[in-house]
Amino acid sequence: MRVELQHISKAFGRVRANQDISLTFEGGRIYAILGENGAGKSTLMKIMSGYQSADSGAILVNDQPATLSAPTDAIEHGIGMLYQDPLDFPPFTVLENFIAGRPGGFFPDSERARRAFLALTERFGFALDPDAYVDILTIGERQQLEIMRLLSLNVQVLVLDEPTTGISAEQKNALFSVLKSLARDDGMTIILVSHKLEDVIELCDYAFVLRRGRLVGQKAIPCPISDLVALMFGKVIERQERPLVVCGLPVLSVQDLRVISQRLTVEHLSLEVCESEVIGLAGLDGSGQAEFIRACTGLYPPENGVIRINGRDMTRASYHAFKRAGVAFLPAGRMEEGLIKGMTLTQHFALTLPSRAPWVNWMRAWRVTGERIQHFNVKGRPGSPVQTLSGGNQQRFALSLLPQKLRLLLLEHPARGLDVESANYIWEQLLARRANGTAIVFISAELDEIVAYSDGILVFFGGSVTLVEDPTEMTANRLGELIGGRL
Amino acid sequence: MTGLESTLRGIVRAAAPIVIAGQGELLTERAGVINLSLDGTIMLSAMTAHVVARQTGSLVQAVLAAMAVGAVVALIVVFSSIALKLNQVAVGFVLTILCADLAVFLGKPHFNQPGKEMPHAPIPFLRDIPLLGPVLFDHNILIYFSLLLIVLMWFYIYRTRPGLTLRSIGEQPEAAFVRGTPVNALRYVYVVAGGALVGLAGATYSLSVKLGWKEDLSGEGWIALAIVIFGLWVPARVALGAYLIVGLRSIAIDLQDNDVIDLPSQIVNMLPWMLMIITLLVATSGALTRLDRYTPERFRPMMRRFTRAAPPRALGTTFEKH
Repeated sequence: MRVELQHISKAFGRVRANQDISLTFEGGRIYAILGENGAGKSTLMKIMSGYQSADSGAILVNDQPATLSAPTDAIEHGIGMLYQDPLDFPPFTVLENFIAGRPGGFFPDSERARRAFLALTERFGFALDPDAYVDILTIGERQQLEIMRLLSLNVQVLVLDEPTTGISAEQKNALFSVLKSLARDDGMTIILVSHKLEDVIELCDYAFVLRRGRLVGQKAIPCPISDLVALMFGKVIERQERPLVVCGLPVLSVQDLRVISQRLTVEHLSLEVCESEVIGLAGLDGSGQAEFIRACTGLYPPENGVIRINGRDMTRASYHAFKRAGVAFLPAGRMEEGLIKGMTLTQHFALTLPSRAPWVNWMRAWRVTGERIQHFNVKGRPGSPVQTLSGGNQQRFALSLLPQKLRLLLLEHPARGLDVESANYIWEQLLARRANGTAIVFISAELDEIVAYSDGILVFFGGSVTLVEDPTEMTANRLGELIGGRL
Repeated sequence: MTGLESTLRGIVRAAAPIVIAGQGELLTERAGVINLSLDGTIMLSAMTAHVVARQTGSLVQAVLAAMAVGAVVALIVVFSSIALKLNQVAVGFVLTILCADLAVFLGKPHFNQPGKEMPHAPIPFLRDIPLLGPVLFDHNILIYFSLLLIVLMWFYIYRTRPGLTLRSIGEQPEAAFVRGTPVNALRYVYVVAGGALVGLAGATYSLSVKLGWKEDLSGEGWIALAIVIFGLWVPARVALGAYLIVGLRSIAIDLQDNDVIDLPSQIVNMLPWMLMIITLLVATSGALTRLDRYTPERFRPMMRRFTRAAPPRALGTTFEKH
């Protein structure tokens, strides 16, 4: 099926999300809509799937003008979209989710829906129990459910908005092979919205690149990654070389720690981190890294073992004791655990700045906020509520809230959800702290990030940990084997 | 009739309005809207039913008038939430006070006047079954309806396609919208229908349970609101909550009347609530989900439905298309 977007424009208030975008999708091919955060990718796809309406422009489906004023209109024209946050009903069963929105009479024909569902799961090799409740499924499984629901509605164009965020490597492989088969065998049009270049190179035939709401280029794939980066950012960004720093005194020392996570027990965990050292924690999600890093900041009680900060025994000390000892922690859930939704940047600083006075010195908070957000290049104003910032700006802002003098900084997925430029900026800031003697321990699912920035790598797999002391010899591929348990 | 039979029969009868109002509020909240005006609505509709029955002599008209009152109040709640974007809790709270005062004011001339009663209509043959007969089949039509309503609600919500859609708009309206559901239109329908049921609950008071208009209905609506939460938005659990609270209330009064316990009546009135809070603690502690293990395979999905309930996630929020 052929879908043509003609001169699509859409503005939200003064922000022009899409400006005069024209492009064409053909059947049987896999397209990428590439762009950094806030480039207008999601808006364009939501317009194409009827979730939002364009201010101007036209959509042609098989050369016929189509009015898509609701998602169901788009479905009728054969266009279905998988949203970034799964739009499903967690307390319902898989089958109920599958049935909701399907045409039918007063009584749902559960048996027929079950047969249709099982036929689809069998074809694609998804292991989904129709009677399971959706709230116990992983994000990846919920995506599989939604894809099958859309396919059962005879969708010919499938749009996927950042589908690889938050799913495991196996689920990603399964997803990609299904998408390839749909394009190749069924002649469907697949559109992948992404800012992950590796995914685009791996899966797609053709890329459209958006920047600041405009279509700035298109490219047939395969092509060098640097070409796409150049289109996305207007310039080629290179990974910075790390200045060599000599390790100083030990900051964090862990001896024979045992932490019990939800699924497994990690034993015999010993680690020594010195001043100016960066340790990357690698491993599949749920291998105990999150519990370990929380144990090192007083948020999760270890079963046994000893944790020392600056040589002092801090095992089972409170978070506030760790904080006083110069330890800071940035969790992965920025909006959930890190920042306070609904409060402005100034209010965050007013809460953070040390003060014994019973009243708030708003002048000082305002001044400090202005200084820090300028220094950390946060795009926002002191009076902006924090949730109005983009993901990259939220992360920069969270960093700016940390005390300037830190002994140890623990981070969970510091660059998750950020485009290349924002991620590089975050690491510039982190490496500057490292140069000042701060020790850094971070969790990441991006193997390149771990290999690029770590002075030592701790690999978590199946309840045990392996320390890689010299990561200069390490490649992302080798590390991938290690976290998968291949020694 | 044995003592047990007459006690249970009394509970089924006395709990009927709370059951009906509870199911009405459940319908409303499942659609994602809170109608907090129950207490006032019940008073106003009870008074309306009493007055209409006295003046027209028609019980059918009295019931319909009471349901119309409930529906209109609910319409104000849903209109102010969807069209005017007002806070549902604030509007509901104001309405409950307004309706209660209005009921007292308008009902003054009819206060303590003899009212009409729903005719007693025992069901032949069924009434002769031991225990069940007198408890379930020896009432008037309003009480039968309260029993039937529990089954209807369960069936509608869990067994039909519109019921699935109803759950979806209270849970995740965006996802329902993407699947082609007219979210706000359906919210109007369910909130007004739920309000009509609350009005029916009021009529059940003045035409059957607490005959006439006596202004002592204040508090019943709050009980209905509480048992919807207690019942975790599951029809059978909500009904169970109603029977439990009414049962405990009658036991407490019996015990006091027979001088078994010697406590001030205010304290006795509180006892059922304390028991209810304890029951709620047990119900939400996760202990119930462990029952799963001891349930036969065949009944497990049913058991899970009963124990795994949670509030509708979009409760009290408004939905807007972008």
